[in-house]
Amino acid sequence: MSVRHSLLAVLSAGPMHGYGLKTEFEAATGDVWPLNVGQVYTTLGRLERDELVTAEADADGQKVYQITEAGRDELARWFETPVPRQMIPRQEVAIKLVFAMRSGVADVAAVVQRQRVATVRALQDVTRLKAAAESSGDLAWLMMLDALVFQAEAEARWLDMCEARLARENTAAGTARRQPEIPAGQAAERSSQWSS
Amino acid sequence: MVLLDIDRAGRAFGSGHLRVVALDDVSLRVSVGEFVAVMGPSGSGKSTLLRLAGGLDRPTSGRVLLAGRDLAGLDEAGLAQALRRQIGFIFQETNLLASLTATENVALALELDGVRPKAAMAGARGLLDSLGLAAIGSRFPGQLSGGEQQRVTIARAVAGGRSLLLADEPTGALDAITGESVMGLLRQRCAAGCAVVLATHNVRHAAWADRVMFLTDGRLAGETGPPAGPECLLGTGQAR
Repeated sequence: MSVRHSLLAVLSAGPMHGYGLKTEFEAATGDVWPLNVGQVYTTLGRLERDELVTAEADADGQKVYQITEAGRDELARWFETPVPRQMIPRQEVAIKLVFAMRSGVADVAAVVQRQRVATVRALQDVTRLKAAAESSGDLAWLMMLDALVFQAEAEARWLDMCEARLARENTAAGTARRQPEIPAGQAAERSSQWSS
Repeated sequence: MVLLDIDRAGRAFGSGHLRVVALDDVSLRVSVGEFVAVMGPSGSGKSTLLRLAGGLDRPTSGRVLLAGRDLAGLDEAGLAQALRRQIGFIFQETNLLASLTATENVALALELDGVRPKAAMAGARGLLDSLGLAAIGSRFPGQLSGGEQQRVTIARAVAGGRSLLLADEPTGALDAITGESVMGLLRQRCAAGCAVVLATHNVRHAAWADRVMFLTDGRLAGETGPPAGPECLLGTGQAR
């Protein structure tokens, strides 16, 4: 998974200490992917070497990291490029979406759409292999291909769900703008309808 | 050769503040032998696109050309004939006639094209045979499984050499393996020179297509483009 880009995404909101970055990353991803502090500093060192961040000591002598223009460009490239399927992608994609949402610097719906095109293209490729394998009678190979098919399907369906959630959020925001005054009773009714 | 050319088609319903745009400036070209899948959430315009492609509905903007002919230029009779001769429809509900056998259901489509009953029955038998369905030809729809019914429906849809198959969620009610066999059959028809447009929610089935289009709110939101080689998939995962 891309710790490098995730840290850039956190830094896109403003300068931060190394330990703060670790905490922000873990909070953003719901502690599902804990980072060790050494990994954070190693990554920051590389980012600094590559001039994607700069570091300056604060009054207490602690390094404060700040994203550079080149860092912002690198981050934008990450959001614009779908994750190839062969890179244990589910978590990589999930992390990318989390930071696309939280950083506010990416068009999340576009990230979802680009990823879905990449995922479905990969699914088409396996399906072609499968169609060819059906006649070979090699059951183990077919089942292996089935595994790839269903993994890609799971990701595509999850991306559908993400798109639906984004669309619902946009509709809700639009409705709220058009109808600023919803009686309290109705509003509660509406929200319970979704949460049940 | 381009068989179906949907050129910047739009379809709006109602007017004024009740106007709903079901399809907005969508283009799709399908060549002979090509299999295109259209995906998108409910209400994204998949079925509207299929209805326009099949001449069941007319666009409010843009054009739909079938084998180079603008469907808007045909009168009702001409349209009905063009559709019946060239387009086969497959829906989730198979709509087979319960009182006719599988073979008779397929033969009926040929008789409607003007083929004499005896020749139609022979043609239907040959078609079912080529699709591996000879064994069920004499059974009635009620005696067939869902997957068998759907395969007979495909046979009926391609009978008479129809060149464009429009399938709207044809696998909705089928289990995984049976759904795959229906996709295999559609693929086989493409190899035989048909063009197929499939509207589906099922991404596994969409992946059988040469191209997958994604519709969102009536607009084209993305497309997978022409197939890449399978070698891009396995064993070549490059490091970051």
